[in-house]
Amino acid sequence: MATRSRLHIAVFLAPAVLVYTAVMIWPLFNTLRLSLYTAGDDGRVFSGLANFRTLLGDPRWSVAFWNALGNNLWFFVIHMLVQNPIGVALAAILSHPRLRFAALYRSAIFIPTILSFVIVGFAWKLILSPIWGIAPGMLDAVGLKALFAPWLGREEYALTTLALISVWQFVGIPMMLIYAALLSIPEGILEAGEIEGITGWAAFRKIKLPLILPSIGIISILTFVGNFNAFDLIYATQGALAGPDFSTDILGTFLYRTFFGFQLQLGDPHMGSAIATAMFAIILTGVCIYLFGVQTRMRRYQF
Amino acid sequence: MTRTRLAGYLLATTMLGTGLARAEDVTLTIESWRNDDLTIWQDTIIPAFEAAHPGIKVQFTPSAPAEYNAVLNSRLDAGSAGDLITCRPFDASLALYEGGKLADLSGLAAMANFSDVAKSAWQTDDGAATFCVPMASVIHGFIYNKAAFAELGIEVPATEAEFFAVLDKIKADGTYIPMAMGTSDQWEAATMGYNNIGPNSWKGEEGRLALIRGTQKLTDEPWVAPYRQLAKWKDYLGDGFEAQTYPDSQNLFTLGRAAIYPAGSWEISGFNAQAEFEMGAFAPPVAAAGDECYISDHTDIAIGLNAASAHSEEARQFLEWVGSAEFATLYANALPGFFSLNSAPVAMEDPLAQEFVSWRDKCHSTIRSTYQILSRGTPNLENETWNASANVIRGTETPEAAAARLQEGLASWYEPQK
Repeated sequence: MATRSRLHIAVFLAPAVLVYTAVMIWPLFNTLRLSLYTAGDDGRVFSGLANFRTLLGDPRWSVAFWNALGNNLWFFVIHMLVQNPIGVALAAILSHPRLRFAALYRSAIFIPTILSFVIVGFAWKLILSPIWGIAPGMLDAVGLKALFAPWLGREEYALTTLALISVWQFVGIPMMLIYAALLSIPEGILEAGEIEGITGWAAFRKIKLPLILPSIGIISILTFVGNFNAFDLIYATQGALAGPDFSTDILGTFLYRTFFGFQLQLGDPHMGSAIATAMFAIILTGVCIYLFGVQTRMRRYQF
Repeated sequence: MTRTRLAGYLLATTMLGTGLARAEDVTLTIESWRNDDLTIWQDTIIPAFEAAHPGIKVQFTPSAPAEYNAVLNSRLDAGSAGDLITCRPFDASLALYEGGKLADLSGLAAMANFSDVAKSAWQTDDGAATFCVPMASVIHGFIYNKAAFAELGIEVPATEAEFFAVLDKIKADGTYIPMAMGTSDQWEAATMGYNNIGPNSWKGEEGRLALIRGTQKLTDEPWVAPYRQLAKWKDYLGDGFEAQTYPDSQNLFTLGRAAIYPAGSWEISGFNAQAEFEMGAFAPPVAAAGDECYISDHTDIAIGLNAASAHSEEARQFLEWVGSAEFATLYANALPGFFSLNSAPVAMEDPLAQEFVSWRDKCHSTIRSTYQILSRGTPNLENETWNASANVIRGTETPEAAAARLQEGLASWYEPQK
C-alpha cells in the first residue's frame, strides 16, 4: 500500500505548474532580480541595493514614492470604508426573503464589475465633465449647482472621486460573496434565534455577522491586493502623469512611468523593477499580516 | 503512409504558396502616433506611393500619442515593430539609434534635400549620422474665431497688453469663453502655453542655446516671465477648466463657444473639418510694439527605418520618396499645419496654414526649449514643465516657485547648470 506510485499526482499537476511558472513565477523572480541591476556603459551591471537606496534615499524619488504610497493607502481606505460596508448592506437587503426583483437588482449592481476600466473611466469622465457632463445639470435641477466642482481636476478631490468611481464599479464583488455566505446560513439557526426573541437587526448583528466574518476577511484582503495593484482606472482617466500635480499618482502609475518612460522621459527598467519589488513587498506584508495575524484567530463555525 | 505523404504535399504547397505571395508583394508597416492622420495616409499618401512603386504595399498603423513611445519601445524590444518608424524629435529617437533599433540613413540620396537645421533633430550630437528623414515642423500661435472678433469689434492683438485687453473685452461681453484650454491633460499648458509665448521672452534660439550652455538659468527673468503671463490666463479659461481635456478644448472652440484657442499648427486640418466659421491666426504677442518676434517652429516629425526590418530595401525606396518634393507637396497640402522641412518650396492652398507659415518671414524661428539635451536626465525637464505650467495656470504654484523647482531639478543632473 505504502509503495503505491504517486506519479499521477505530478502528471496532473504538471500543466498548471508549468504554465504558472512560465507566465507568473519566472517573470516575478526575474523582476526581483532586475531590480538589483543598473544600466552601465556596457550593458547591465549588478549594483546590489543601490536602486532601493535611490528610491528611498534620493529626495526626488522618495517624495514621489511616498506620495504614491500615501495615495494608494487613501484609495484603499475609501474602498474599505465605502465599498465593503455598502457591499455587506446590499447583500443583507438582497437576501431578505420578501424582497421582490432581487435577481434584477443583483445583476444590475454586478454588471459594472465586468465592464472594462477604459469604459468606466471614460463614461465617468464624461458624466463629471464640467462642459458636457450630466452631473452639473442634475445638481442644477435640484438647486445644488453650487456644490459642483470639476472634481477630477482639483488636487483635493480627484483621488477620492476616482476611488468612489472604483467603488461604484466593484461593489458587486463583496455583495456577491457576502450574499453567498448569507445564503449558506442554515434556516434552523435563525429560527432558533427567533424563538429566543432575536429578530431583525439584532439577528443580523448577533447571528449573521459573526457567521460571515470570514468572508468579510477574504474580501478585505482581496480589496487590499486589488487596490495596491491598481493602475488601469487612473491611467484611463488621468493619464500616466496622474494629474493634477500627481495627486492621483498611485504605485501602479508611478511604476508605469518609471518602467516604460513617458513622453521625453525614457523608460528605466531597473528603477521600475525596484518599484515593482517594493509593491510586491508591501502586498506580501499585508497578506502575511492578514493570514497569520487575523485569519488564524478567526472563529469558524461548522454546521 | 499515403496519408502522411498527402499531408506532406499539402504542407509543402501551402508553404510554397505563402512564399510566392511574399515574393510578389512586400508589405511595409508604419508605426506612428498620428492616429488623426489615418485617412490621409490611407486615401492620399499611400496610394500615390503604391501607384509609383508596384509590388510594395504600405500599411499605416498608428497608436495613441501619449502611449506611442512606450508602445514603440516594447515592440522594438520584442521584435514586433513595423518596418518604418515615425520618429519623435531628439533624444527619444537618438536613444533608439544608439540602441541599434534605427538604421543609419546618412547615405540616402534624399537627405540632400534637407537643411542642417531640419536634420538636427534626428542626428547624433556630432552630426555624423542622420537616422530619420525629416517630414514636418509645427508652428505655435493662437487661432481665433473671426466671426466672434468681428461681432465684438476686436482687432487682432500684437502686444501683450493688447492681448489681455482683448481677453478682457471678450470676458466682459460674456457670449464667448475668452480662451479654450484645460489643464487636465497638462501638456497643453506647457506646449501651447509656456513654449508658445515663451520664445518672445527668451529671444528664441539665443535663450535656448544659452540655457543649454549654462549661461542662463530657468530662474532668470526671460524664463520666469512667460509663467507670470500664464498665471493670468486662469481668469479667461472656461468654467471647470481644471477637468477640461484636450479634446474638450478643441470641441469648445470648433463649436464656436470659445473665441481664442492657443494652438499648434497641427490643429488646422481638424479645425477646418469641424468649424463652420472662418478662422484666423495670430503669432504670440510681443512685450512692446515693434519688438522682434520669435515663434516656436518645432521640428516635430520624421520617419526612420527599423534596423531589424526584413524589407529594408523596399523601406529605403519608401524613405527616398518621403524625402522627395512630390511627398512634401502631397503631405503639406493633405495636412495643412505640418510644414514641410524640404528645401524645395512648397505651395500651400490653405489660408490658415499660409498665415502660420508667413510668420517664418517676419519672426525668428526656434524650437521648444526643453527638447534638445535638457530632457536627458531625471527629473525630465519636459515632463516637469508640463506639471509646472499646469500648476501655474491653476494657481497652485507661483511662477517663481515653479521656475525655482525646474531649475533645481535641471541642476541636479545637468553639468553646465550646476
